[in-house]
Amino acid sequence: MSVLSFFTWCENTSIGEAIRASLWLFPAIESFHLLALAVIGGAVLVVNLRLLGFGFQRQPVAQLWRDTRPWMLGSLSVMLVSGMLLFTSEAVKLYYHEAFWVKMTSLLLSILFTFTVHRKVALADEGRVRPFWSKMAALISILIWTGVGVGGRWIGFS
Amino acid sequence: MLAFCQWLESTRWSIALHESIWGYPIVESVHVLTLCLFLGLSVMLDLRLLGVTMLKTPVSEVLGRLLPWTIAGFIVMVITGSLLFYAIPVKTYLNIFFRLKLAFLLLAGLNVAVFHLTIYRKMAQWDLDPVPPFRARLAGGISLALWAGIVVAGRMIAYNWFDKAA
Repeated sequence: MSVLSFFTWCENTSIGEAIRASLWLFPAIESFHLLALAVIGGAVLVVNLRLLGFGFQRQPVAQLWRDTRPWMLGSLSVMLVSGMLLFTSEAVKLYYHEAFWVKMTSLLLSILFTFTVHRKVALADEGRVRPFWSKMAALISILIWTGVGVGGRWIGFS
Repeated sequence: MLAFCQWLESTRWSIALHESIWGYPIVESVHVLTLCLFLGLSVMLDLRLLGVTMLKTPVSEVLGRLLPWTIAGFIVMVITGSLLFYAIPVKTYLNIFFRLKLAFLLLAGLNVAVFHLTIYRKMAQWDLDPVPPFRARLAGGISLALWAGIVVAGRMIAYNWFDKAA
């Protein structure tokens, strides 16, 4: 099965059809998507600002990571679920939209990076990671997450 | 007010921004993504006030560290938001969700003012408490609810279900 035929199938599911047929479902789901955007942004930024050296220096990075993790995971789940719902309502259009593929690539990179390198840097014992590399990890994290956001916003413009 | 919006709409830069291929989308993207910086960090702050995250970090430190970023984010929000309004003044002015958003914004500002004038002044007494006193939690809760309303109303401005004719 090709990717396009899979996308077509998604669009023709009853969920996709219901969202397309409804006047308010799409905006409502989109609102949840946006609210979760704010929360995930905050959770990611708190850790990254700390890694970049902008505050919370008395808190170990690992503690901030653990404090923000439930919010990060929770909002990421809301993002993924609401995003998939939005996707099913217009999957074929998205297939032909470059911004969608930019977003998916950045998203994949962001998730991979967050739960491997970024996590390792954040949870490492103090002094184990050189400041330069923690800052690089923070910058890369901010950069690829921003890629997801910009790609997402750009899906709305065609 | 409507006459003012109509005049605004007729100005050269408003038309230019409205008809731009890149300008408007870029301003809008900055507006939406600054949500992460401004609102994301405000949410973290409110959650600390509610006593549900960063419990071992003093409230004053969370405020001190996050506030400068949220203020910077807020300035970007106001500038890009004003530009978005400037690009489409009449339609936005008549949009019910835009008016709701402004009302919520006003209330959110009021909430901040009340917080700073009351319980904030006694912060030394509860700075280290994992769960702050009721008044502080109330401020955090109200803030979260209002900002959620602002985001939803803001998103809905794009839909013209209830638009009156200009």
